[in-house]
Amino acid sequence: MSSPVPAQLHRTLRITRVIPEGRAGVTLILDGALPAQPGQFVMAWLPGVEERPFTLMDDDPVSLTVASVGPFTRALCTLHVGDRLWLRGPFGHGFTLHGSRHLLLGGGSGTASLALLAKRARELSHEVVAILGARTAELLMLPWRFEELGCRVILATDDGSLGYHGTVLEAAETWLTPLSQQGGESRGDGKPWPDGIYACGPETMLQALALKAETANLPCWVSMERIMKCGIGLCGSCHCGDRLVCTDGPVFSPQELLRALKGTTP
Amino acid sequence: MSEPDTTVELCGLTLRNPLILASGIWGCSAGTLVRLAREGAGAVTSKSCSLNPRQGHPNPTALDWGAGLINAIGLANPGATEECAILREAKKGLAPLGVPLIASVYGHSRTDFCEAVRLVAEANPDFIELNISCPNVEAEFGRPFALDPRAASALTAAVRAIYPGRLLVKLSPNTPDIVAVARAVADAGADGLTAINTMPGMIIDVRARRPVLANLVGGISGAALRPIAVRCVYEITSAVDIPVIGTGGVLSGEDAMQMIMAGATAVGIGSALYYYGSGAFARILGELIALMREEGYPNLRDLRGCAHV
Repeated sequence: MSSPVPAQLHRTLRITRVIPEGRAGVTLILDGALPAQPGQFVMAWLPGVEERPFTLMDDDPVSLTVASVGPFTRALCTLHVGDRLWLRGPFGHGFTLHGSRHLLLGGGSGTASLALLAKRARELSHEVVAILGARTAELLMLPWRFEELGCRVILATDDGSLGYHGTVLEAAETWLTPLSQQGGESRGDGKPWPDGIYACGPETMLQALALKAETANLPCWVSMERIMKCGIGLCGSCHCGDRLVCTDGPVFSPQELLRALKGTTP
Repeated sequence: MSEPDTTVELCGLTLRNPLILASGIWGCSAGTLVRLAREGAGAVTSKSCSLNPRQGHPNPTALDWGAGLINAIGLANPGATEECAILREAKKGLAPLGVPLIASVYGHSRTDFCEAVRLVAEANPDFIELNISCPNVEAEFGRPFALDPRAASALTAAVRAIYPGRLLVKLSPNTPDIVAVARAVADAGADGLTAINTMPGMIIDVRARRPVLANLVGGISGAALRPIAVRCVYEITSAVDIPVIGTGGVLSGEDAMQMIMAGATAVGIGSALYYYGSGAFARILGELIALMREEGYPNLRDLRGCAHV
Protein backbone atom coordinates (compact mmCIF):
# COMPACT_ATOMS: atom_id res chain seq x y z
CA MET A 1 0.00 0.00 0.00
CA SER A 2 1.76 3.15 -1.14
CA SER A 3 -0.48 5.91 0.17
CA PRO A 4 -3.47 4.81 2.23
CA VAL A 5 -5.07 8.28 2.32
CA PRO A 6 -4.91 11.13 -0.17
CA ALA A 7 -2.38 13.89 0.31
CA GLN A 8 -3.35 16.65 2.70
CA LEU A 9 -1.59 19.59 1.16
CA HIS A 10 -2.71 23.19 1.68
CA ARG A 11 -5.59 24.61 -0.32
CA THR A 12 -5.42 28.29 -1.14
CA LEU A 13 -8.62 30.24 -0.57
CA ARG A 14 -9.42 33.91 -0.95
CA ILE A 15 -11.17 36.08 1.61
CA THR A 16 -14.54 37.35 0.38
CA ARG A 17 -15.78 39.02 3.56
CA VAL A 18 -14.35 40.16 6.90
CA ILE A 19 -16.83 40.43 9.76
CA PRO A 20 -15.65 42.26 12.89
CA GLU A 21 -16.32 40.44 16.18
CA GLY A 22 -16.27 43.38 18.58
CA ARG A 23 -12.90 43.82 20.26
CA ALA A 24 -12.37 40.07 20.22
CA GLY A 25 -11.33 39.51 16.61
CA VAL A 26 -12.84 38.84 13.19
CA THR A 27 -14.67 36.21 11.19
CA LEU A 28 -13.10 35.53 7.78
CA ILE A 29 -15.37 34.18 5.04
CA LEU A 30 -13.46 32.40 2.26
CA ASP A 31 -14.31 31.48 -1.32
CA GLY A 32 -14.61 27.71 -1.11
CA ALA A 33 -16.19 24.76 0.64
CA LEU A 34 -14.44 22.14 2.79
CA PRO A 35 -16.99 19.53 3.88
CA ALA A 36 -16.46 18.91 7.59
CA GLN A 37 -18.04 17.57 10.73
CA PRO A 38 -18.91 20.34 13.22
CA GLY A 39 -16.04 20.78 15.68
CA GLN A 40 -13.34 19.61 13.25
CA PHE A 41 -10.46 21.98 12.64
CA VAL A 42 -8.17 23.13 9.86
CA MET A 43 -4.56 24.22 10.00
CA ALA A 44 -4.52 27.80 8.66
CA TRP A 45 -1.20 29.02 7.23
CA LEU A 46 -0.03 32.48 6.34
CA PRO A 47 3.18 31.82 4.40
CA GLY A 48 6.17 33.29 6.16
CA VAL A 49 4.19 33.92 9.35
CA GLU A 50 2.75 30.84 11.11
CA GLU A 51 0.26 28.00 10.90
CA ARG A 52 -2.26 27.27 13.65
CA PRO A 53 -5.40 25.18 14.21
CA PHE A 54 -8.79 26.85 13.81
CA THR A 55 -12.18 25.27 14.15
CA LEU A 56 -14.43 25.68 11.11
CA MET A 57 -17.11 28.23 11.97
CA ASP A 58 -18.72 27.17 8.69
CA ASP A 59 -17.63 24.69 6.03
CA ASP A 60 -19.56 26.13 3.06
CA PRO A 61 -18.35 28.75 2.54
CA VAL A 62 -15.28 28.05 4.68
CA SER A 63 -15.35 30.52 7.57
CA LEU A 64 -12.90 30.99 10.42
CA THR A 65 -13.51 33.03 13.54
CA VAL A 66 -10.23 34.40 14.83
CA ALA A 67 -9.75 35.72 18.36
CA SER A 68 -6.90 38.20 18.40
CA VAL A 69 -4.65 36.84 21.13
CA GLY A 70 -1.08 36.76 19.74
CA PRO A 71 1.13 37.83 16.84
CA PHE A 72 -0.29 35.31 14.36
CA THR A 73 -3.95 35.88 15.17
CA ARG A 74 -3.32 39.66 15.09
CA ALA A 75 -1.87 39.18 11.59
CA LEU A 76 -4.97 37.23 10.56
CA CYS A 77 -7.17 40.04 11.92
CA THR A 78 -5.49 42.54 9.59
CA LEU A 79 -6.29 40.55 6.41
CA HIS A 80 -8.57 42.13 3.82
CA VAL A 81 -11.07 40.96 1.23
CA GLY A 82 -9.07 39.50 -1.66
CA ASP A 83 -6.17 38.32 0.53
CA ARG A 84 -5.37 34.61 0.49
CA LEU A 85 -5.14 32.06 3.25
CA TRP A 86 -3.72 28.52 3.05
CA LEU A 87 -5.67 25.71 4.73
CA ARG A 88 -5.18 21.98 5.22
CA GLY A 89 -7.70 19.67 6.79
CA PRO A 90 -10.31 19.20 8.11
CA PHE A 91 -8.77 17.16 10.92
CA GLY A 92 -9.88 15.51 14.15
CA HIS A 93 -13.13 14.16 15.50
CA GLY A 94 -15.98 16.63 15.91
CA PHE A 95 -19.49 16.70 17.34
CA THR A 96 -22.37 14.39 16.43
CA LEU A 97 -25.91 15.62 17.08
CA HIS A 98 -27.69 13.66 19.78
CA GLY A 99 -31.49 13.85 19.65
CA SER A 100 -33.26 16.94 18.40
CA ARG A 101 -33.08 19.52 21.19
CA HIS A 102 -29.65 20.94 21.78
CA LEU A 103 -27.95 23.11 24.36
CA LEU A 104 -24.76 24.81 23.12
CA LEU A 105 -22.41 26.36 25.67
CA GLY A 106 -19.68 28.60 24.24
CA GLY A 107 -17.10 30.52 26.26
CA GLY A 108 -14.95 33.18 24.56
CA SER A 109 -13.63 32.06 21.16
CA GLY A 110 -15.09 28.61 21.90
CA THR A 111 -18.36 29.81 20.36
CA ALA A 112 -16.79 29.26 16.93
CA SER A 113 -16.66 25.48 17.47
CA LEU A 114 -20.42 25.41 18.00
CA ALA A 115 -21.59 27.55 15.07
CA LEU A 116 -21.36 24.78 12.46
CA LEU A 117 -23.11 22.40 14.85
CA ALA A 118 -25.91 24.98 15.23
CA LYS A 119 -26.14 25.22 11.44
CA ARG A 120 -26.46 21.44 11.03
CA ALA A 121 -29.08 21.26 13.79
CA ARG A 122 -31.13 24.12 12.35
CA GLU A 123 -30.95 22.56 8.85
CA LEU A 124 -32.79 19.62 10.44
CA SER A 125 -35.23 22.03 12.16
CA HIS A 126 -33.92 20.99 15.57
CA GLU A 127 -34.35 23.31 18.55
CA VAL A 128 -31.16 25.00 19.67
CA VAL A 129 -30.46 27.07 22.75
CA ALA A 130 -27.03 28.75 22.55
CA ILE A 131 -25.57 30.28 25.68
CA LEU A 132 -22.59 32.40 24.71
CA GLY A 133 -20.31 34.06 27.19
CA ALA A 134 -17.27 36.30 27.50
CA ARG A 135 -15.53 38.43 30.09
CA THR A 136 -17.27 41.55 28.78
CA ALA A 137 -19.78 42.53 26.08
CA GLU A 138 -17.16 43.66 23.55
CA LEU A 139 -15.48 40.25 23.65
CA LEU A 140 -18.60 38.23 22.80
CA MET A 141 -18.10 36.36 19.52
CA LEU A 142 -20.65 35.25 16.93
CA PRO A 143 -23.98 35.99 18.67
CA TRP A 144 -25.15 37.29 15.26
CA ARG A 145 -24.46 33.93 13.67
CA PHE A 146 -26.51 31.92 16.18
CA GLU A 147 -29.36 34.46 15.88
CA GLU A 148 -29.20 34.30 12.07
CA LEU A 149 -29.54 30.50 12.28
CA GLY A 150 -32.65 30.80 14.41
CA CYS A 151 -31.23 29.60 17.72
CA ARG A 152 -32.51 30.92 21.01
CA VAL A 153 -29.49 32.96 22.12
CA ILE A 154 -28.68 33.75 25.73
CA LEU A 155 -25.69 35.98 26.39
CA ALA A 156 -23.62 36.01 29.56
CA THR A 157 -20.81 38.33 30.62
CA ASP A 158 -18.58 38.01 33.66
CA ASP A 159 -18.87 41.77 34.31
CA GLY A 160 -22.58 41.98 33.61
CA SER A 161 -22.07 44.47 30.77
CA LEU A 162 -24.53 42.53 28.60
CA GLY A 163 -27.01 39.75 29.24
CA TYR A 164 -26.76 37.45 32.24
CA HIS A 165 -24.26 38.67 34.85
CA GLY A 166 -22.07 35.63 35.36
CA THR A 167 -20.48 32.68 33.59
CA VAL A 168 -21.96 30.53 30.85
CA LEU A 169 -22.32 27.63 33.27
CA GLU A 170 -24.14 29.80 35.79
CA ALA A 171 -26.44 31.03 33.02
CA ALA A 172 -27.01 27.41 32.01
CA GLU A 173 -27.76 26.19 35.52
CA THR A 174 -31.46 25.54 34.94
CA TRP A 175 -30.69 23.50 31.82
CA LEU A 176 -28.05 21.44 33.57
CA THR A 177 -30.37 20.04 36.22
CA PRO A 178 -30.19 16.25 36.15
CA LEU A 179 -32.73 14.83 33.72
CA SER A 180 -34.53 12.92 36.49
CA GLN A 181 -35.19 16.16 38.36
CA GLN A 182 -36.51 18.08 35.38
CA GLY A 183 -40.20 18.82 35.45
CA GLY A 184 -40.62 22.53 34.88
CA GLU A 185 -38.56 22.51 31.68
CA SER A 186 -40.43 19.71 29.98
CA ARG A 187 -41.67 22.03 27.22
CA GLY A 188 -45.18 20.69 27.47
CA ASP A 189 -44.59 17.41 25.65
CA GLY A 190 -43.38 15.49 28.69
CA LYS A 191 -39.80 15.20 27.42
CA PRO A 192 -36.99 16.81 29.37
CA TRP A 193 -34.55 19.35 27.93
CA PRO A 194 -32.02 18.96 26.41
CA ASP A 195 -31.19 15.83 24.38
CA GLY A 196 -27.60 16.90 23.95
CA ILE A 197 -25.22 19.40 25.54
CA TYR A 198 -22.17 20.58 23.58
CA ALA A 199 -19.52 22.91 24.91
CA CYS A 200 -16.33 24.68 23.96
CA GLY A 201 -14.49 27.26 26.01
CA PRO A 202 -11.85 27.67 28.68
CA GLU A 203 -10.59 24.41 30.19
CA THR A 204 -11.85 25.35 33.67
CA MET A 205 -15.35 25.71 32.22
CA LEU A 206 -15.14 22.40 30.39
CA GLN A 207 -13.82 20.62 33.46
CA ALA A 208 -16.60 22.01 35.68
CA LEU A 209 -19.20 21.03 33.08
CA ALA A 210 -17.70 17.57 32.66
CA LEU A 211 -17.82 16.96 36.42
CA LYS A 212 -21.45 18.04 36.51
CA ALA A 213 -22.31 15.98 33.43
CA GLU A 214 -20.61 12.88 34.80
CA THR A 215 -22.34 13.16 38.16
CA ALA A 216 -25.77 13.90 36.71
CA ASN A 217 -25.34 11.55 33.73
CA LEU A 218 -26.03 14.32 31.22
CA PRO A 219 -25.61 13.63 27.47
CA CYS A 220 -22.65 15.95 26.97
CA TRP A 221 -19.63 16.48 24.67
CA VAL A 222 -16.86 19.03 25.04
CA SER A 223 -14.29 20.39 22.62
CA MET A 224 -10.77 21.01 23.89
CA GLU A 225 -8.24 23.53 22.67
CA ARG A 226 -4.50 22.89 22.67
CA ILE A 227 -1.54 24.47 20.94
CA MET A 228 -0.64 22.05 18.16
CA LYS A 229 2.46 21.53 16.11
CA CYS A 230 1.77 18.93 13.40
CA GLY A 231 -2.03 18.74 13.81
CA ILE A 232 -2.10 15.26 12.23
CA GLY A 233 -1.31 12.83 15.03
CA LEU A 234 2.44 12.55 14.63
CA CYS A 235 4.36 14.74 17.01
CA GLY A 236 2.31 14.29 20.17
CA SER A 237 2.67 17.93 21.23
CA CYS A 238 -1.06 18.32 21.96
CA HIS A 239 -1.17 15.31 24.30
CA CYS A 240 -3.48 15.40 27.29
CA GLY A 241 -3.00 12.32 29.45
CA ASP A 242 -2.88 9.46 26.98
CA ARG A 243 -4.99 11.27 24.37
CA LEU A 244 -3.94 13.44 21.44
CA VAL A 245 -6.28 16.41 21.09
CA CYS A 246 -5.63 16.61 17.31
CA THR A 247 -6.70 13.09 16.35
CA ASP A 248 -8.51 11.57 19.35
CA GLY A 249 -10.36 14.87 19.80
CA PRO A 250 -10.81 17.76 19.85
CA VAL A 251 -14.30 16.61 20.94
CA PHE A 252 -14.36 14.30 23.96
CA SER A 253 -16.93 12.82 26.31
CA PRO A 254 -16.86 14.19 29.89
CA GLN A 255 -15.37 10.91 31.11
CA GLU A 256 -12.56 11.06 28.53
CA LEU A 257 -11.86 14.70 29.33
CA LEU A 258 -11.68 14.15 33.07
CA ARG A 259 -9.47 11.09 32.68
CA ALA A 260 -7.17 12.89 30.23
CA LEU A 261 -6.87 15.94 32.48
CA LYS A 262 -5.96 13.69 35.38
CA GLY A 263 -3.21 12.26 33.19
CA THR A 264 -4.27 8.72 33.96
CA THR A 265 -4.56 5.94 31.42
CA PRO A 266 -7.70 3.86 30.88
CA MET B 1 0.40 -25.29 12.52
CA SER B 2 0.83 -23.81 15.97
CA GLU B 3 0.54 -20.06 16.49
CA PRO B 4 3.52 -18.26 14.86
CA ASP B 5 6.10 -17.03 17.37
CA THR B 6 6.44 -13.23 17.05
CA THR B 7 8.93 -12.74 19.87
CA VAL B 8 12.35 -11.37 19.09
CA GLU B 9 15.46 -10.92 21.21
CA LEU B 10 17.06 -7.48 21.18
CA CYS B 11 20.33 -7.04 23.07
CA GLY B 12 19.35 -9.73 25.57
CA LEU B 13 15.77 -8.53 26.12
CA THR B 14 12.80 -10.46 24.78
CA LEU B 15 10.19 -8.37 22.96
CA ARG B 16 6.72 -9.91 22.61
CA ASN B 17 6.74 -8.67 19.02
CA PRO B 18 9.26 -6.84 16.81
CA LEU B 19 7.27 -3.60 16.40
CA ILE B 20 8.89 -0.65 18.17
CA LEU B 21 7.46 2.85 18.40
CA ALA B 22 10.06 5.04 16.66
CA SER B 23 11.28 8.18 18.38
CA GLY B 24 9.58 11.47 17.65
CA ILE B 25 6.14 9.98 17.14
CA TRP B 26 3.63 10.39 20.01
CA GLY B 27 6.36 9.80 22.61
CA CYS B 28 6.05 13.15 24.41
CA SER B 29 4.30 11.83 27.49
CA ALA B 30 4.15 8.80 29.74
CA GLY B 31 0.44 8.52 28.97
CA THR B 32 0.88 8.17 25.22
CA LEU B 33 3.86 5.77 25.54
CA VAL B 34 1.91 3.47 27.87
CA ARG B 35 -1.17 3.65 25.67
CA LEU B 36 0.78 2.49 22.61
CA ALA B 37 2.25 -0.37 24.64
CA ARG B 38 -1.31 -1.36 25.61
CA GLU B 39 -2.30 -1.14 21.97
CA GLY B 40 0.37 -3.62 20.92
CA ALA B 41 3.84 -2.08 20.60
CA GLY B 42 6.67 -4.52 21.37
CA ALA B 43 8.77 -1.65 22.75
CA VAL B 44 8.40 2.13 22.77
CA THR B 45 10.87 4.95 22.16
CA SER B 46 10.43 8.35 23.78
CA LYS B 47 10.75 11.59 21.84
CA SER B 48 14.40 12.71 21.67
CA CYS B 49 15.36 14.91 24.58
CA SER B 50 18.27 17.31 24.78
CA LEU B 51 20.11 18.63 27.82
CA ASN B 52 18.07 21.85 27.81
CA PRO B 53 14.43 22.38 26.82
CA ARG B 54 13.66 23.16 23.16
CA GLN B 55 10.57 24.76 21.67
CA GLY B 56 11.13 23.25 18.25
CA HIS B 57 10.43 24.96 14.94
CA PRO B 58 7.43 27.18 14.19
CA ASN B 59 4.59 25.72 12.09
CA PRO B 60 4.09 24.32 9.52
CA THR B 61 6.07 21.44 10.96
CA ALA B 62 4.57 18.43 9.19
CA LEU B 63 2.41 17.44 6.28
CA ASP B 64 1.23 14.58 4.12
CA TRP B 65 2.44 15.17 0.55
CA GLY B 66 0.99 12.01 -0.97
CA ALA B 67 3.72 9.36 -1.20
CA GLY B 68 4.83 10.00 2.36
CA LEU B 69 5.13 12.61 5.07
CA ILE B 70 7.61 15.39 5.66
CA ASN B 71 8.31 16.88 9.07
CA ALA B 72 10.58 19.32 10.82
CA ILE B 73 9.30 19.45 14.38
CA GLY B 74 12.74 20.62 15.49
CA LEU B 75 13.27 18.34 18.49
CA ALA B 76 10.76 20.10 20.73
CA ASN B 77 11.28 18.63 24.21
CA PRO B 78 11.21 19.65 27.87
CA GLY B 79 14.93 19.00 28.52
CA ALA B 80 16.64 16.03 30.15
CA THR B 81 15.66 16.75 33.76
CA GLU B 82 11.95 17.03 33.02
CA GLU B 83 12.22 14.11 30.58
CA CYS B 84 13.55 11.95 33.42
CA ALA B 85 10.24 12.38 35.27
CA ILE B 86 8.30 11.41 32.13
CA LEU B 87 10.51 8.34 31.61
CA ARG B 88 10.12 7.23 35.23
CA GLU B 89 6.35 7.48 34.99
CA ALA B 90 6.38 5.67 31.64
CA LYS B 91 8.52 2.86 33.09
CA LYS B 92 6.01 2.40 35.90
CA GLY B 93 3.19 1.99 33.39
CA LEU B 94 5.22 -0.22 31.01
CA ALA B 95 6.62 -2.62 33.63
CA PRO B 96 3.40 -4.60 34.19
CA LEU B 97 3.02 -4.92 30.40
CA GLY B 98 6.57 -6.23 29.99
CA VAL B 99 7.24 -3.62 27.30
CA PRO B 100 10.77 -2.16 27.24
CA LEU B 101 11.41 1.58 27.11
CA ILE B 102 13.98 3.13 24.79
CA ALA B 103 14.97 6.67 25.74
CA SER B 104 16.08 8.77 22.79
CA VAL B 105 18.71 11.41 23.48
CA TYR B 106 19.91 14.25 21.32
CA GLY B 107 22.81 16.69 21.73
CA HIS B 108 24.56 19.22 19.56
CA SER B 109 28.00 18.46 20.97
CA ARG B 110 29.73 15.48 22.53
CA THR B 111 29.58 17.14 25.97
CA ASP B 112 25.88 17.88 25.57
CA PHE B 113 25.15 14.30 24.55
CA CYS B 114 27.07 12.89 27.52
CA GLU B 115 25.40 15.23 30.01
CA ALA B 116 21.94 14.40 28.66
CA VAL B 117 22.71 10.65 28.72
CA ARG B 118 23.92 10.92 32.32
CA LEU B 119 20.64 12.55 33.37
CA VAL B 120 18.36 10.29 31.36
CA ALA B 121 20.18 7.17 32.62
CA GLU B 122 18.89 7.99 36.11
CA ALA B 123 15.39 7.07 34.94
CA ASN B 124 16.78 3.61 34.17
CA PRO B 125 15.35 3.09 30.65
CA ASP B 126 15.94 -0.33 29.09
CA PHE B 127 17.90 1.25 26.25
CA ILE B 128 19.31 4.65 25.39
CA GLU B 129 19.18 5.55 21.72
CA LEU B 130 21.50 8.28 20.47
CA ASN B 131 19.78 10.39 17.85
CA ILE B 132 22.85 11.48 15.90
CA SER B 133 20.91 11.81 12.66
CA CYS B 134 18.13 14.40 13.00
CA PRO B 135 18.06 16.20 9.64
CA ASN B 136 16.10 19.17 10.95
CA VAL B 137 18.47 21.14 13.12
CA GLU B 138 21.42 21.44 10.74
CA ALA B 139 21.00 25.21 10.34
CA GLU B 140 21.31 25.52 14.10
CA PHE B 141 23.92 22.91 14.94
CA GLY B 142 25.76 21.94 11.79
CA ARG B 143 26.05 18.53 10.17
CA PRO B 144 24.66 15.59 12.13
CA PHE B 145 27.27 13.24 13.63
CA ALA B 146 25.77 10.38 11.60
CA LEU B 147 27.04 11.78 8.30
CA ASP B 148 30.66 11.03 9.14
CA PRO B 149 32.09 7.72 10.44
CA ARG B 150 34.77 9.41 12.54
CA ALA B 151 32.41 11.87 14.24
CA ALA B 152 29.86 9.09 14.86
CA SER B 153 32.52 6.81 16.29
CA ALA B 154 33.98 9.45 18.62
CA LEU B 155 30.56 10.32 19.98
CA THR B 156 29.57 6.68 20.50
CA ALA B 157 32.85 5.99 22.30
CA ALA B 158 32.37 9.02 24.57
CA VAL B 159 28.87 7.92 25.60
CA ARG B 160 29.96 4.29 25.91
CA ALA B 161 32.58 5.38 28.44
CA ILE B 162 29.97 6.85 30.78
CA TYR B 163 26.93 4.63 30.14
CA PRO B 164 27.09 0.90 30.84
CA GLY B 165 23.50 0.13 29.75
CA ARG B 166 22.18 -1.01 26.36
CA LEU B 167 23.18 1.60 23.80
CA LEU B 168 21.56 2.09 20.40
CA VAL B 169 22.67 4.59 17.76
CA LYS B 170 20.26 5.92 15.13
CA LEU B 171 21.79 6.33 11.69
CA SER B 172 21.09 8.65 8.79
CA PRO B 173 20.54 7.50 5.20
CA ASN B 174 21.91 10.82 3.99
CA THR B 175 25.54 9.71 3.87
CA PRO B 176 27.54 8.24 1.02
CA ASP B 177 28.48 5.15 3.03
CA ILE B 178 26.07 4.15 5.79
CA VAL B 179 27.92 0.85 6.21
CA ALA B 180 31.10 2.71 7.15
CA VAL B 181 29.16 4.70 9.76
CA ALA B 182 27.48 1.53 11.08
CA ARG B 183 30.83 -0.25 11.37
CA ALA B 184 32.44 2.73 13.11
CA VAL B 185 29.59 2.97 15.63
CA ALA B 186 29.61 -0.79 16.29
CA ASP B 187 33.39 -0.78 16.79
CA ALA B 188 33.00 2.14 19.22
CA GLY B 189 30.80 0.00 21.46
CA ALA B 190 27.17 0.43 20.41
CA ASP B 191 24.98 -2.57 21.29
CA GLY B 192 22.59 -2.01 18.40
CA LEU B 193 21.66 0.30 15.54
CA THR B 194 18.46 1.99 14.48
CA ALA B 195 18.38 2.42 10.74
CA ILE B 196 17.24 4.78 9.45
CA ASN B 197 16.22 8.32 10.41
CA THR B 198 14.27 10.38 7.86
CA MET B 199 15.80 11.64 4.61
CA PRO B 200 16.01 15.41 4.12
CA GLY B 201 13.57 16.79 1.56
CA MET B 202 11.55 19.84 0.63
CA ILE B 203 8.01 20.61 -0.52
CA ILE B 204 7.30 23.95 -2.20
CA ASP B 205 3.87 25.54 -2.25
CA VAL B 206 3.64 26.99 -5.74
CA ARG B 207 1.01 29.56 -4.78
CA ALA B 208 2.95 30.76 -1.76
CA ARG B 209 6.16 30.48 -3.82
CA ARG B 210 8.13 29.16 -0.86
CA PRO B 211 8.84 25.90 0.97
CA VAL B 212 5.89 24.87 3.13
CA LEU B 213 7.85 23.90 6.25
CA ALA B 214 8.95 26.83 8.40
CA ASN B 215 12.32 25.06 8.60
CA LEU B 216 12.29 24.87 4.76
CA VAL B 217 13.81 21.37 4.87
CA GLY B 218 12.26 18.40 6.65
CA GLY B 219 12.62 14.66 7.03
CA ILE B 220 10.84 12.46 4.47
CA SER B 221 9.15 9.42 5.99
CA GLY B 222 6.42 6.97 5.07
CA ALA B 223 6.18 4.84 1.94
CA ALA B 224 8.72 6.96 0.03
CA LEU B 225 11.41 6.16 2.59
CA ARG B 226 10.84 2.40 2.77
CA PRO B 227 12.97 1.11 -0.13
CA ILE B 228 15.85 3.31 1.04
CA ALA B 229 15.51 1.93 4.57
CA VAL B 230 15.31 -1.69 3.41
CA ARG B 231 18.46 -1.23 1.31
CA CYS B 232 20.31 0.38 4.25
CA VAL B 233 19.33 -2.44 6.64
CA TYR B 234 20.36 -5.05 4.07
CA GLU B 235 23.78 -3.46 3.54
CA ILE B 236 24.43 -2.78 7.23
CA THR B 237 23.56 -6.31 8.34
CA SER B 238 25.83 -7.71 5.63
CA ALA B 239 28.75 -5.98 7.30
CA VAL B 240 27.97 -5.58 11.00
CA ASP B 241 27.02 -8.18 13.63
CA ILE B 242 25.08 -6.05 16.17
CA PRO B 243 21.27 -6.03 15.91
CA VAL B 244 19.46 -3.47 13.78
CA ILE B 245 16.01 -1.91 14.36
CA GLY B 246 14.82 -1.49 10.76
CA THR B 247 12.91 1.77 10.57
CA GLY B 248 11.49 3.71 7.65
CA GLY B 249 8.08 3.59 6.02
CA VAL B 250 6.80 0.37 7.57
CA LEU B 251 3.02 0.60 7.13
CA SER B 252 2.02 -3.07 6.85
CA GLY B 253 2.91 -6.59 7.95
CA GLU B 254 4.60 -7.19 4.61
CA ASP B 255 6.69 -4.06 5.07
CA ALA B 256 7.75 -5.30 8.52
CA MET B 257 8.63 -8.69 7.02
CA GLN B 258 10.75 -6.99 4.34
CA MET B 259 12.77 -5.33 7.12
CA ILE B 260 13.27 -8.63 8.96
CA MET B 261 14.26 -10.46 5.78
CA ALA B 262 16.67 -7.59 5.02
CA GLY B 263 18.32 -8.41 8.35
CA ALA B 264 16.51 -6.33 10.97
CA THR B 265 16.01 -7.84 14.43
CA ALA B 266 13.14 -5.49 15.21
CA VAL B 267 11.13 -2.96 13.24
CA GLY B 268 10.48 0.73 13.94
CA ILE B 269 6.98 2.15 13.44
CA GLY B 270 6.45 5.88 12.93
CA SER B 271 4.44 7.31 10.04
CA ALA B 272 2.00 4.39 10.28
CA LEU B 273 0.53 6.13 13.31
CA TYR B 274 -0.50 8.99 11.06
CA TYR B 275 -2.25 6.63 8.65
CA TYR B 276 -3.79 4.24 11.19
CA GLY B 277 -3.72 6.01 14.53
CA SER B 278 -2.90 4.15 17.72
CA GLY B 279 -4.32 0.98 16.15
CA ALA B 280 -1.29 0.81 13.82
CA PHE B 281 0.54 -1.73 16.01
CA ALA B 282 -2.34 -4.20 16.25
CA ARG B 283 -3.01 -3.82 12.54
CA ILE B 284 0.58 -4.36 11.39
CA LEU B 285 1.13 -7.23 13.86
CA GLY B 286 -2.08 -8.89 12.69
CA GLU B 287 -0.91 -8.68 9.09
CA LEU B 288 2.53 -10.01 10.05
CA ILE B 289 1.01 -13.01 11.85
CA ALA B 290 -1.35 -13.70 8.94
CA LEU B 291 1.60 -13.63 6.56
CA MET B 292 3.59 -16.03 8.80
CA ARG B 293 0.63 -18.43 8.88
CA GLU B 294 0.08 -18.21 5.15
CA GLU B 295 3.72 -18.93 4.35
CA GLY B 296 4.21 -21.41 7.17
CA TYR B 297 6.87 -19.35 8.94
CA PRO B 298 7.03 -20.59 12.56
CA ASN B 299 9.12 -17.71 13.96
CA LEU B 300 10.93 -14.51 13.06
CA ARG B 301 14.42 -15.60 14.18
CA ASP B 302 14.82 -17.96 11.24
CA LEU B 303 13.70 -15.30 8.76
CA ARG B 304 16.10 -12.62 9.85
CA GLY B 305 18.34 -11.72 6.93
CA CYS B 306 17.02 -14.59 4.81
CA ALA B 307 16.80 -12.32 1.77
CA HIS B 308 20.57 -11.93 1.66
CA VAL B 309 21.73 -13.64 -1.50
